[in-house]
Amino acid sequence: MNNRFIRLISILVLGAFLHTNAQSYQNAQHHQCLKCHSNQTYSFFNSVKGKEEKRLMNPYFILDTVAIRAGVHKQFDCTDCHSSEYGTYPHQSNLKLEPLSTCLDCHGGDVSFASYHFERIDEEFRKSIHYQKSGENFNCSKCHSQHTYVATARTSNNVLEIVDYSNKMCLSCHNDMKRYKMVSGHENPKLVQVHDWLPNQELHFKNVRCIECHTEVLDSLKVSHNILPKTAALRKCVECHSANSRLKASLYKYQNLQKRSEDGSIKMVLANESYVIGSHQIPHLKVASILIFILTMVGIIIHSSFRIFKKK
Amino acid sequence: MSTTQKIYFYPVWLRIWHGLNAIGILTLIFTGLSMQSSVESSHVLGFKTIVNLHNIAGILVTLSYFVYFVGNLVTPNGKFYIVKPKGFLKRPILQATYYAWGMFHGMKAPYPISEKRKFNPLQKYAYILVMYLAVPIVIISGIGLLFPEIIIDQVYTFSGVFVTAVFHSTMGFFISIFLVVHLYIASIGKSPIENFKSIITGWHEVH
Repeated sequence: MNNRFIRLISILVLGAFLHTNAQSYQNAQHHQCLKCHSNQTYSFFNSVKGKEEKRLMNPYFILDTVAIRAGVHKQFDCTDCHSSEYGTYPHQSNLKLEPLSTCLDCHGGDVSFASYHFERIDEEFRKSIHYQKSGENFNCSKCHSQHTYVATARTSNNVLEIVDYSNKMCLSCHNDMKRYKMVSGHENPKLVQVHDWLPNQELHFKNVRCIECHTEVLDSLKVSHNILPKTAALRKCVECHSANSRLKASLYKYQNLQKRSEDGSIKMVLANESYVIGSHQIPHLKVASILIFILTMVGIIIHSSFRIFKKK
Repeated sequence: MSTTQKIYFYPVWLRIWHGLNAIGILTLIFTGLSMQSSVESSHVLGFKTIVNLHNIAGILVTLSYFVYFVGNLVTPNGKFYIVKPKGFLKRPILQATYYAWGMFHGMKAPYPISEKRKFNPLQKYAYILVMYLAVPIVIISGIGLLFPEIIIDQVYTFSGVFVTAVFHSTMGFFISIFLVVHLYIASIGKSPIENFKSIITGWHEVH
């Protein structure tokens, strides 16, 4: 009885503790880490000079507290992943050298995340150009920020929001000279020029994800994570702009979007089986146009034979 | 033969319009067909070049259409397009009968061209349909596709861009069919090249 009571108390205390953590994300000023890491500046006591000093925070160490509160890891506290020794301030410099947990350290073999297929994703990622070029230096967090990541594609029912969120992951490096150069060692190619061949570039960028053309489409994964080298990227309009669109197997594969297609809101895109380029996308019109053309030509051939025959 | 008379049928502005329009429409048909089958089809020219050519030719045809439209408003040429209600169907049917049967059986052309009648009834109807219906639709839908943001998003359950694209290519197809028939019928004359000469020199021989 006594034991059970102690256990109950500990659960309550632990619950209250977790609750306080969540609360402290609500108010960054009360969070031990965020009260500095959500600010542009920080202060510390310079023991050499013997006085309090104020410095600018490294912009890459400033966290978006609103995004953290919405992110998938919001229930964790900073020191769940980072060393608990960060609790002392100023931080010891060698703490930075400690290896951090990788995604698979927690998510690998986890049955509650089976539907995400983390191991398969890792397998595919190892085939990708990112891994081929940068090896272990390229990790999940390069695209999926652990602090703020949201599984938008699985939860949102707004295609444009999904596209925007996904493309921002790519653009965070591919449209950012510093971040791109840090990983690759050279300057990032100019995206607008590289995609110059693509008609209505702006509309494409807004309505489809980069990965539509830059990854292999797999049935077993939502997104294959095998990002292809640019030479293997898709350049065929009909792959998407056709009755059997590639998009059905990629962007519109998500269940949340499938449901919407049943209630009609996506019909404008898929009900007609295709949405560009012309009448040949409608099979009946294609057949009709070929028939009309053949009949016209047959008519002309018959008529001209008569003219030759009758010398008219 | 002694009755051969020359009429100055095609004034300079009209021949310039017709020439520009011919070059433009031929380019549009070639590039349009190529785009229809997408990037893979363009072995001769790149997809991007084809799209650019199609856009430029489209603008050329639009501009030349204004020459045609205004020309027919301000010059006497416009009167050749006026349809009389009398014999609205009988007249073109008679002309069609002549082409299909009469011309091989010694029938005289029912509506021979003269200074007052530049087009036979069938020809007139075809020109009106093409120039005052199909070409304007192609121009308007083409402008829409050039600036897709001005197209309404949705027509019932269909995407506005899709509907516009289908209209555009369907009308483009009918214009292509018109062109084939137009070229063929132009070869019916005293000699097969007579009418082609006329549209270049402006003079037409009436026999």
